[in-house]
Amino acid sequence: MRAAWLAASVAFAAALVALWQVAADHGLVSRVFFPAPSRAFDFLGEWAASGELWGPLAGTIWRTLAGWLGATLLGVALGAAIASSAVTRDLFEPTVEFLRPMPSSAMIPPAILLLGLTDGMVVAVVVFGSIWPILLGAIHGFRSVEPRLMELARTLRMGRMHRLASIALPNALPEIFAGMRVSLAIALIITVVAEMLSSRPGLGQMILFAARNFRSAEIFAGVFLLGALGYLFNAVLERAERYFLRWRPAVGNG
Amino acid sequence: MTLRRLLLGLVFPVALLAAWEVSVRTGLLSEDVFSRISRIVPALLEGLADGTILARTYETLAAALFGWAIAAAIGIPLGLVLGLVRPLERLTLVTIEALRPVPSAALIPIVLLIFGFSLELDATVAAFACLWPVLIVTTGAVRGIEPRLLEVGRALGYGALARIWHFALPAALPGIAVGLRVAFGIAIVVAVTVEIAANPRGLGYAMITAQQSLRAEVMYAHLFWIGLVGWLINVAMIRAERHWLRWYWAARGAA
Repeated sequence: MRAAWLAASVAFAAALVALWQVAADHGLVSRVFFPAPSRAFDFLGEWAASGELWGPLAGTIWRTLAGWLGATLLGVALGAAIASSAVTRDLFEPTVEFLRPMPSSAMIPPAILLLGLTDGMVVAVVVFGSIWPILLGAIHGFRSVEPRLMELARTLRMGRMHRLASIALPNALPEIFAGMRVSLAIALIITVVAEMLSSRPGLGQMILFAARNFRSAEIFAGVFLLGALGYLFNAVLERAERYFLRWRPAVGNG
Repeated sequence: MTLRRLLLGLVFPVALLAAWEVSVRTGLLSEDVFSRISRIVPALLEGLADGTILARTYETLAAALFGWAIAAAIGIPLGLVLGLVRPLERLTLVTIEALRPVPSAALIPIVLLIFGFSLELDATVAAFACLWPVLIVTTGAVRGIEPRLLEVGRALGYGALARIWHFALPAALPGIAVGLRVAFGIAIVVAVTVEIAANPRGLGYAMITAQQSLRAEVMYAHLFWIGLVGWLINVAMIRAERHWLRWYWAARGAA
C-alpha cells in the first residue's frame, strides 16, 4: 500500500517534469527563462564527463560540511555551558535571542573585511549562520533534563563531566539533532551565497557565472544539483538521527 | 526579579561592546576592519536622521512583505487542501520533498534572468523560501483537527467550502499563525541575502557598498540596524499572535 502511494507520488513528480519538457519543446514557456529540463540534464552529463563538475561540487560540499560541523561542536558546547545554571542563562540567553533572527548573510560583508575572499571567510560565515538552531536546541535540551535524575546522579557521586556525558547529552540529543537538520539546510544556502560573493570555485559561483552569460540551462543544471545535494544531506541526517536515537521509545517526527 | 534578569541580560552585550571599543582604541584590533562603537553609533544616527537607512529599510521590508504574502496566498489554501484530502497529500509528497531542499539562494540567478534587478527578485526568492514552512505547518495543523469537528459540519449540512471556512480554518489558525510568523522572519532574512548576493537595493546592498568603499562604521551601523529591526518584528509578531489568538488559548485553558 505504501509502496503504491510512493510509486504514484514519483509518477506525479515525473509527470510535472514531462509537462515542463513538452511545454518547453512547443515553445509554450519561454526557452530563455525555462529551458527544457532535458537540456539541463544534458549539461549535467557533459560537466560530469569533462570533469568540470567535481571541483566546484567538492568545494561546495566541504565548505558546507566544515561550517556545519564547526557550528555543531560550538553550538553544543555553548549550549551546555549556557544551560548549566540559571545565572549563565540569564547572562547569555537574551543575547542569543537577539542574534538569532539576524540574517546570517549580513555577516558576510564584515567577514570579507576581516578575512578577505577566502575559504576561511565562507566557513566562518557558515558557522555563524547555522549555529542558532543547534545552540537553541542544545540550550533547551540540556535544560529540560529531569531534575530528579540529576539528583540521583549526584547522590551516586557521578562527576560533572560524567553527568553531562551520560545523562544531559542523551537527553538533549533529539533537540540537538532537530537543530542540526535545520542548520544543515541553512549551511548549504549560506555557502552558495558566500560563493557567489567571494568567487570561490563552487556551485554558487558556477550558477551566478551562468546567469551573467544568460545560459539558463546551465543555471537549472546547477539548481537541480543543489536541490539533490540538499535532499541527500537531509536524507542522510534523517537516517543518522534514527540510528542514534533508536534507544528512544518513539521519535515524534512525522 | 525581572529587573535583575533584564540587567543580567545586558551585562554580556555591554561588556562585549566595551571590549570592542577598548581593543580598537588600544590598537589591538584594526580600526579599518572593526571600526568602533563610538563611530558606529553616530553613523547609525546620521543614517537614520537623513532618512537613507529608513528608505533602505522600506525597500527591504516591502519586498519581504510581498514575498511573504505570495507564500501565504499559495501555502495556506494548498495546505488546507492537502491536509483535508489525504490522497492528494500522498500524491504530491515526492514533488514537495524534492523542491523543498532546493537552497533558496540557488534561485537567485534564474529569477534575476526573469525579473532583472528589482523588488520582484527579492520577493520571488523570499516567497519560495517561506512557502515551505507555511505549507507544511498548515497541512499539519489541518490534519491535526479533531475529525468529529468536521463531521459535525457535515451533519449540519454545510458544503465543502463552508466547512473549510467555518470549521477547518479556525481550528487550524493557531498552527498557521506560528507558520506565518516563522515565515516572515525567513522572508526578511532572504530579502537581505538576495540584496547582499545580487540585488542592488535595500539594506543588504547598503551593507555591501559600505564594505566595498571601506566605510566599516557604516557597514556595522547597518548590521546593528538589521539585527534590531529583525528582533523588533519578531517580538511584535509574537505579541500580535498572542493578542489575536487569545480566544483560542482562553478556550484551551478552560477546557
